[in-house]
Amino acid sequence: MSNFLDRLTFFNRMTDEFSDGHGITTDDDRSWEDGYRKRWQHDKIVRSTHGVNCTGSCSWKVYVKGGIVTWETQQTDYPRTRPDLPNHEPRGCARGASYSWYLYSGNRVKYPLVRSRLLKAWRDARVLMTPVAAWKSIVENPQKRASYVSKRGLGGFVRAPWDEVNELIAAANAYTAKTYGPDRVFGFSPIPAMSMVSYAAGSRYLSLLGGVCMSFYDWYCDLPPASPQTWGEQTDVPESADWYNSGFLILWGSNVPQTRTPDAHFYTEVRYKGAKSVVISSDYSEASKFSDMWVSPKPGTDAALGMAMGHVILREFHIDRQPDYFRDYARQYTDMPMLVRLVKQGDHYVPERFIRASDLAGALGEANNPDWKTLAFDETTGNLVVPKGSVGFRWGEKGKWNLEEKDAKGEPTRLRLSLTDVKDDVASVAFPYFGNREHDYFQGTDHPSVLTRNIPVKKLQLTEGETLVASVFDLFVANYGIDRGLGGTNIAKSYDDMEPYTPAWAEKITGVPREQIITVAREFAKNAEKTKGRSMVIVGAGLNHWYHMDMNYRGIINMLVMCGCVGQSGGGWSHYVGQEKLRPQSGWTPLAFGLDWNRPPRQMNSTSAFYAHTDQWRYETLDVSEILSPTAPAGPWDGALIDYNVRAERMGWLPSAPQLQENPLGIKAKADAAGLEAKDYVAKSLQSGDLKLSCEDPDNPKNWPRNLFVWRSNLLGASGKGHEYFLKHLVGTKHGVLGKDLGVEGQRRSSEVVWHDKAPEGKLDLLVTLDFRMSTTCMYSDIVLPTATWYEKDDLNTSDMHPFIHPLTAAVDPAWQARSDWEIYKGIAKAFSKVAPEVLGVEQDVVLTPIMHDSPGEIAQAFDVKDWKKGEIEPIPGRTMPAVTVVERDYPHLYDRFTSLGPLMDKLGNGGKGMSWNTSHEVEFLRKLNGEVQDGPAKGMPRIQTAIDAAEVILSLAPETNGEVAVKAWESLGGFTGRDHIHLAIPKEDEKIRFRDVVAQPRKIISSPIWSGLESDKVCYNAGYTNVHELIPWRTLTGRQQLYQDHLWMRAFGEGFCVYRPPIDTKTIKPIIEERPNGEKQIVLNFITPHQKWGIHSTYTDNLLMLTLSRGGPIVWISEDDAVKGGIVDNDWIEAYNTNGALVARAVVSQRVKNGMCMMYHAQEKIVNVPGSEMTGQRGGIHNSVTRVVTKPTHMIGGYAQQAYGFNYYGTVGSNRDEFVIIRKMSKVDWLEGAAPDATIDDKTGKLETAS
Amino acid sequence: MNDTLNHIAFGWYPYFALTVFLCGSLLRYDREQYTWKTGSSQLLRRRQLTWGSNLFHVGVLLIFAGHFFGLLTPIWVWDMLGVSHSFKQGVAIVVGGVAGLMCLVGIVMLTHRRLTDSRILKHSSFGDIAVLLLLLTQLLLGLSSIFVSLGHMDGHEMVKLMSWAQGILTLQPGASAYVADVHPIFKAHLLIGMTIFLVFPFTRLVHIWSAPVWYLGRRGYQVVRTHRKGARGVGAPAQPAE
Repeated sequence: MSNFLDRLTFFNRMTDEFSDGHGITTDDDRSWEDGYRKRWQHDKIVRSTHGVNCTGSCSWKVYVKGGIVTWETQQTDYPRTRPDLPNHEPRGCARGASYSWYLYSGNRVKYPLVRSRLLKAWRDARVLMTPVAAWKSIVENPQKRASYVSKRGLGGFVRAPWDEVNELIAAANAYTAKTYGPDRVFGFSPIPAMSMVSYAAGSRYLSLLGGVCMSFYDWYCDLPPASPQTWGEQTDVPESADWYNSGFLILWGSNVPQTRTPDAHFYTEVRYKGAKSVVISSDYSEASKFSDMWVSPKPGTDAALGMAMGHVILREFHIDRQPDYFRDYARQYTDMPMLVRLVKQGDHYVPERFIRASDLAGALGEANNPDWKTLAFDETTGNLVVPKGSVGFRWGEKGKWNLEEKDAKGEPTRLRLSLTDVKDDVASVAFPYFGNREHDYFQGTDHPSVLTRNIPVKKLQLTEGETLVASVFDLFVANYGIDRGLGGTNIAKSYDDMEPYTPAWAEKITGVPREQIITVAREFAKNAEKTKGRSMVIVGAGLNHWYHMDMNYRGIINMLVMCGCVGQSGGGWSHYVGQEKLRPQSGWTPLAFGLDWNRPPRQMNSTSAFYAHTDQWRYETLDVSEILSPTAPAGPWDGALIDYNVRAERMGWLPSAPQLQENPLGIKAKADAAGLEAKDYVAKSLQSGDLKLSCEDPDNPKNWPRNLFVWRSNLLGASGKGHEYFLKHLVGTKHGVLGKDLGVEGQRRSSEVVWHDKAPEGKLDLLVTLDFRMSTTCMYSDIVLPTATWYEKDDLNTSDMHPFIHPLTAAVDPAWQARSDWEIYKGIAKAFSKVAPEVLGVEQDVVLTPIMHDSPGEIAQAFDVKDWKKGEIEPIPGRTMPAVTVVERDYPHLYDRFTSLGPLMDKLGNGGKGMSWNTSHEVEFLRKLNGEVQDGPAKGMPRIQTAIDAAEVILSLAPETNGEVAVKAWESLGGFTGRDHIHLAIPKEDEKIRFRDVVAQPRKIISSPIWSGLESDKVCYNAGYTNVHELIPWRTLTGRQQLYQDHLWMRAFGEGFCVYRPPIDTKTIKPIIEERPNGEKQIVLNFITPHQKWGIHSTYTDNLLMLTLSRGGPIVWISEDDAVKGGIVDNDWIEAYNTNGALVARAVVSQRVKNGMCMMYHAQEKIVNVPGSEMTGQRGGIHNSVTRVVTKPTHMIGGYAQQAYGFNYYGTVGSNRDEFVIIRKMSKVDWLEGAAPDATIDDKTGKLETAS
Repeated sequence: MNDTLNHIAFGWYPYFALTVFLCGSLLRYDREQYTWKTGSSQLLRRRQLTWGSNLFHVGVLLIFAGHFFGLLTPIWVWDMLGVSHSFKQGVAIVVGGVAGLMCLVGIVMLTHRRLTDSRILKHSSFGDIAVLLLLLTQLLLGLSSIFVSLGHMDGHEMVKLMSWAQGILTLQPGASAYVADVHPIFKAHLLIGMTIFLVFPFTRLVHIWSAPVWYLGRRGYQVVRTHRKGARGVGAPAQPAE
């Protein structure tokens, strides 16, 4: 009753003694304990997760108390694993547990915010004008437009009601579609798997509009092009539980405990089980302490290390001794037996393309796609055979696309790996060597640029005459510089020979002692031999973010393939970089890209788009000659990097956006007027020059991206490589670009692209960002829309690290005026439908699409590269140029389409990765589950009103979550392979996972042919497993793991085989290092940007808890020796700069860091504790202020089996680690806290006034 | 007029202060259990705390004891014990002076620490700082009263103060008259002393009530709670409330 009165119960206080009076019992009041009890009491627990770009994908309990989210803890109810395999839980990390801070923090975006100058102009215009006319009056008036564009990033947001901002956005979109074309409306959002409905909301809106969805995986440089090249697969990797099946684990450039925290327990557990582990990391990372051996190469030289290890493995396990397992694996699952044509180049031969059935008279009896069937020798009969499984078998015929050891006629074969025993001759073959190129900061060797090695060859009578051919195996071994007793130069008898690629040679390049290299390689292979492939490499961003990441990766992939590890439990290639596997992908795609209403969607590879539209190409310092191979075939390898991109776009290799300089909504009418089909009209007009591709003139106002939506992303604060160029050219505000463009430097090189002397600044009319926190991107936006946090919305989440699908659910309603992404885009769609009729009706949109991977078109040009623009070939849509499709857009009914599942699912069915199946049954099911639309243009269609409706669409249509669909998908695949696969799904045919099921408990996905692994009671998910065990070909030219890349451009750039290529010279230091001294010493260091330790995965560092645990602001790690050289002590404010821009941070001086490198954890946000830069006068800068994207021509290849475009599958990637920075102590730290230069404070009123 | 003021200050104000002191403490104890604490800043920084706090607390406890017994012991008890007023005055000056100096050094250290350490300053409430300054002022007044007392070592001034204190405590009307003509320093000292009682329930001073003196008399080193309604000794397991 009363705390005080309770204290006064002197007389009835029961006390007793025990233990001879040493102890007493009392009955003191205990109600005070309730305080502690209540601390952990709550009203409910709701299952959700963090829709962050983290592969963790951990299910969380979110606690709600009094309508407020209070804290979160890990869920522990994952379905159990089988005996003798540790369980998946615990999953979750302390960083994830800090998330609830955001919901009620000062950083939360609470209301729709608009740049005040824009809103004022809008309101003024709207008094007398209709919405689209109002928008037109603003953006077509240069002063009005500049009034808000030039102020981006400088504050000035005001609140506005939802209806008003939706109308404004809709008007901008409608104006842009009408004036320039819907393909000028862009949207950027990454990693659908982290919250797939939220992604789909925006992409569905854009796709129905005809807007452009931008890729993320290539742009983040997390996409390893080596994977599509080798496997025809974007990135398929083992789940983390499969680490436990491994016997030998190499962690290469991956920091598992720090960046894959919830999975790290499997690594610990397998170490207890007895697995050996080697960690290869330049710095002493957190992972290093787990290892038996820590190997520390110079950053950027990993390919040299991989090549030397491969050298050892080949020598000891393929030449000196030949274990059956390795030989048989190589024979059946790799392209090693395939034959390659050799052509004369000077005194030597160079490997050219694979020979094809069509090279022989009668095409060996192959009528279907003989150009696309590769050949090999049969070991038993000695005959030349057409082994099944190459891409030619995939399209145009049925039942022969498999990896059975049979030829096309069904005769058993045993392919010959080496021609040594049957050779007609020995030929001297030239291989390119790049390790001798000059670089200020990388050690090379002085070997010649062309290394010649002797290999056994056969003479074949082809239709073109007698030709020398060699097997890939023999060329592959020769490329590694192994002496096989055939003579030649630059070959090594011993590991100590200083020849590429011996361990002794690698020691010089990488700084790693040769004994370490030999030991690791030998033990890695020995384990694989004993366990049949249970050696694994976990590989990370540390390798993939380099310009020549393909080489780093292929060096490792080669090792794995040599040892038969790919597709075996506990073995293989585990690339965990920025990828969360979107497991129900084929159920999600129709929803996300509006395929139920229109096909095809517009998709764009972001790297090329940003390279062009942030005008980074205008500053390109890398000349093509610097990366061209000394053995390149003849050809004009001229022009600048962007020219290669333009060529790739017009040949239909890469997508284009915007596509044509003309509005695509007007082209159909012109075609009709000319009496032509749209595709013929486009082809003809392109050829005649009447139509132009936008990519040829990215700075022309007609070709600018005009509207940009950014959601689920911090584009300008995290992934925007070349941040300052973004600010200058795309955003058009204050920037810190320190270098000059090529026009000023007199270095213009481009021959394909129009040069404007004055580069545009501020291409975007409107930048809209959806976020729940005021990120750096929000700061630069025109409109910021408050979105629901991860605890306030319903959505789905999957990962590649575990086999479960589980949800985000709304623990509480979105706080303040926030709405979920689904509701926001639905609202914009509704406003758009209302606004659009002012200028738009039902329109015919001409859509250009590149030649897509996994489509019959992927076999476009089999031999040479022919460019229609140069008159080498006719422009044939879908074959020598982009495909052209007319898509009908019903703009006034966009909202109706957005909120219902359209008729094409019934009519055309569904599919993925080349397969297709009828999905009417699922549509019918959804009609019952979600209800039918009662009237309007979508009458009778299943409804998709809520995010849960949308989730049900995904779950019902996807084979991974609907057993019935899985059976249909396997059946479809069986048609291609001629084999029975449905046994893999039959036991789960009746299993249907619904949204409420995953809310109750995470569910394991069902095995599907969309992915190459199985999820069963017997095996953990492992990539390539069905290729090896179900004999499904890899989706490459040869149908096998392809170690030789024979495309003309691959050979031209010296990457037919894996070679060591030193990092490129970005030339960003010399022009500026002496320019502006501040009196302090300067040091030049390699700039490395690994993942956060103190942030929720790669972003979200602006969280008070994380800031408190770290140093509360931007930091750069440097080594102790470098710190002494630069006169820097720990915690000094330093500046890092080069011609790209500058950033400020505090120095962390640590023994962890290797000399010559510095590390800045990425995405440290410009908005927290960042002072001004001495170099730019602007606030700080972010880690990407000192980077600039450099594209690579080999990533632009298309129309060539596995090297064909796919969204987030192939394309140019935004590498950034070849960059160097000048670091120096700051002489003055200026916090820039005064008024802006153009602002004044009124003396009388004390009010801040800005010049307008 | 002077009498009226004197009567308000020393006749009424004491009762006002004591009422607030007692009722306020009671209410706060009952209503705001989680604020009933010392508010120690030891976690933030140890510097100066050990010496400052110990000197202060030892000094102030001595002073408290001196005031408690010195003022409230009835005069006839002293007489019976044969302790002369002048002797008592002497002892009070010496012991009070030493304790006061200890206390002064302590409180100066604590005040300096609280005001100059930015981390502690950021965590200090208005009350935390005010109470320190109040105590410091009171202490300085108390110490300066020694010089007044040295002027009348016979102790008659002291008797006036004792009479007043005991008069107030025994509810004698007109007790204020005892101190009508004492030195202004004493008056100030009394006023501030009563003010300390007044603010007591609103500050961290409430921890004085909870000084853990019970430990001194506690039997046994292991304390086990028995269920309130249960049997004596080892009983049924404790149930969480509610």
